Amino acid sequence: MAAKSIISRPVYGTLSLQPGKHHLFVADAEGALAITDLASKAPAGFFANAHIIFILGNDGKHVAALQALKPAQFYQGHSFANALPRLKQTLANAHMGLRLYLAGTEGLIGQAMQAALEAGIDHTSIQTEHRGSLARRIQCVHCKGITENVTTQPATCSHCGLLLLVRDHYSRRLAAFQGVCINAEDRSEIPPAEEIFR
Amino acid sequence: MSTGTTKLDVVVSDVVPVNELVTRFHFRRRDGALLPRFSGGAHVVVEMRDGERTRLNPYSLMGSPLDTREYTISVRRDDVGRGGSLFMHRNVRPGMEMVISYPVNLFSLDLRARKHLMLAGGIGITPFMAQTAQLAAEGGNFELHYTCRTASLGTYADVLRERYDRRVRLYHDDRDERIELDRLLSSQPLGTHLYVCGPSGMIGWVRDSAASLGWPTETVHFEHFAAPQPGAPFDVTLGLSGRTIRVGEQQSLLEAIEAAGVDPPYLCRGGVCGQCETNVIAHDGKFIHNDHWLSEEEHRSCKKIMPCVSRFEGRSLVLER
Amino acid sequence: MGITFRKETFRDDFTFKNSPEHIRRFPFPFQEDSYMYAVNIEPHVRGPKGSVLENLIDVDEHYVAEMQDRALVLAEDPLRCQSLPHMTLAGWDLLELLMEQQALGYPEHFTLTRDGDRWRWINRPLGIDDTFTFGDVSTLPYGPMEYITRQSQGDFCILDQRDGNLWMDAGMVTTQADWSLDFDIGMNFFEWHAPVPLAHEKGIFVRALKFLTNIQQGKPARRLNWTMTINPRLDTSPENYHKWGPDRATVTPENVGDKVHLRVELQSFWRLPRSNGIVFPIRCYLIKMDELVTQPKWARRLHRVIRDLPDELANYKGLTRYRPTLLEWLSKLDDGSPTSPGFGPD
Repeated sequence: MAAKSIISRPVYGTLSLQPGKHHLFVADAEGALAITDLASKAPAGFFANAHIIFILGNDGKHVAALQALKPAQFYQGHSFANALPRLKQTLANAHMGLRLYLAGTEGLIGQAMQAALEAGIDHTSIQTEHRGSLARRIQCVHCKGITENVTTQPATCSHCGLLLLVRDHYSRRLAAFQGVCINAEDRSEIPPAEEIFR
Repeated sequence: MSTGTTKLDVVVSDVVPVNELVTRFHFRRRDGALLPRFSGGAHVVVEMRDGERTRLNPYSLMGSPLDTREYTISVRRDDVGRGGSLFMHRNVRPGMEMVISYPVNLFSLDLRARKHLMLAGGIGITPFMAQTAQLAAEGGNFELHYTCRTASLGTYADVLRERYDRRVRLYHDDRDERIELDRLLSSQPLGTHLYVCGPSGMIGWVRDSAASLGWPTETVHFEHFAAPQPGAPFDVTLGLSGRTIRVGEQQSLLEAIEAAGVDPPYLCRGGVCGQCETNVIAHDGKFIHNDHWLSEEEHRSCKKIMPCVSRFEGRSLVLER
Repeated sequence: MGITFRKETFRDDFTFKNSPEHIRRFPFPFQEDSYMYAVNIEPHVRGPKGSVLENLIDVDEHYVAEMQDRALVLAEDPLRCQSLPHMTLAGWDLLELLMEQQALGYPEHFTLTRDGDRWRWINRPLGIDDTFTFGDVSTLPYGPMEYITRQSQGDFCILDQRDGNLWMDAGMVTTQADWSLDFDIGMNFFEWHAPVPLAHEKGIFVRALKFLTNIQQGKPARRLNWTMTINPRLDTSPENYHKWGPDRATVTPENVGDKVHLRVELQSFWRLPRSNGIVFPIRCYLIKMDELVTQPKWARRLHRVIRDLPDELANYKGLTRYRPTLLEWLSKLDDGSPTSPGFGPD
């Protein structure tokens, strides 16, 4: 992450226990470790009111550790898209008193938050903790296409092919950083791509 | 440039006793034009010329925001207060010309809410009169729980029941009816916003319960105007204008500053809006902070005071005014 | 009487021009020979006859052409006009404000008649005569915000006020200085201003927000902002940056006067009564260098401002590529003599 950023760049914290009646966790890959770290501070019985939605990483690890917390409900899936219908239904049926905890990659946090905002949860009440890759989800401001897992600066839009400057400017509504054509004024200028979001 | 509101010249078009404590006042514009539109939860500051004194009290607008031919407020008589409500009850008559501020809303609905859950205690019902009218017209989803001492002091309870039927639930203290708050707060759909207006004990109870049941702070809204409390007279030096003035027992510090011809900006006169925040240059004594604007840390620092509701006890106080 | 509306374009053959009267009323944004951010907010009250402040919502000779350009932008990209679901009431507030102000300022061009909720709106320059029910979206061809902002010059951002902040939750943005409504919608005041350099560190936005959240009904405020644009192009959106960006490389000493435009935004801030929201109309005025330098004071002062502008600001405003060419051209019009204080021409 760049040392100096801008105010719209999301800031992630460390998951902390919130007062509430129900606790919904959404995590991917190493995000599981944020949940187990929180569990070490949780009072007995906390996970009896918890629901964990977990997206496996490439290594397939952490399932046993999460199941050992004995949450009331546990789900494992292979992609966020797999888990989304379940997340949406859980939110649609939820009551006030539900607290949301998101942990893992920025893409996971952003997309789960997007679903939560649509369900009427305010972003400031959501607990987040970043773990794992810094790869970015970007929206091409020109064609509006979303490119996932961007690790380089600049990056090529996977839809329209323009070479994009990946900005720190971030939209919660789109769950994406903004990509703007880097050589619009002179297309012959092609800056080298550096891998900086890892 | 300072903020603050513009004024409206009005005439009292009607005065209607509602019950043994509450009287309703109707205002129309003197020039016959429509009054400005407003949003549910807004208040106006009413100027009262009481002999040599000018009293300025905020009251919630309780009419429908859809009809601004007149504004209506309801005033509960407070026999031990500083006299504003008594002035309204005793002196204000139909046909009297008065000045009120433009509407200001410090208790606004969050229009994103999937549902609006409203809790009123006593005269705290007035902002909800306007808010329910606004929501009902838009097909908004709301539910009102209203606590009053007795049926006869349940100001507008009958009107609200007639308008909204089962969306209004009444609780009477003399019949030992209490809101089952934990159950109520735990059964609301995600995306509900909570609004509470009433005595400060009720507001504290509702806010604490909501917080412990997992309601995020941005979903809990409360209207909490503190009326300025009377207290021992004290002297204040206004550092910028170089004058020393005395704050009387029944006077607020803000009123004393205004009486000396200095006009700090204000919107609420109830310790909420932050407009009249004043820096302390020097002091020797103790502050009596009654506002909801400054943080506890700011209260302890003795560097700022909200002159609309707060007072001072001690040898000397110098303010940056 | 009335305004003679120009037939002109803001794209392709770029026939946009200001008449001599419009040059003199141009809202030149520099009151001294240098520029830095400040909370330069003042009450939005009516100004002298013949100025852009004669009416609180200004309609000028470019009205019809600007509305035609907006329709073209929206046909190409409807995402330039968006309103989150809770903002409809604020849209009605804005419709009332713009109809009232335009009818008040220009009765020969606009007429509003109201019979309770039954409203009739006549817009003669655009040939519109509609009767509708205020508050009932089914009686208008568009939502209330889109309907009225297709008939009003300038961009419009409608902000919801909650939790001590302002949230950009609706807008009509087709003449913007390089920011995207589609990206920024839903952001708070600090977030959508995040890309602006230097001003955050100076606490500008903290003070501005404090002021704006206290704007009261009946007491609007305003400020000026500025940038520069190559060719009189209204739609300098990031969406189309790859289309207009190359223009910046086309500036030569020979075409500076015709191609380079000062772009001034008159931003005003109004409390909306029913929704308790705030609307920012952002009215854009363009003037080409050839037109601007007909006022010698403006030519001298603009030279000094551009010359002394911090690099970060010049870069943010997109001036970097053609700044030397522009400065060289302006320097010939600056004999070093003093300029009188204030905005106006001598």
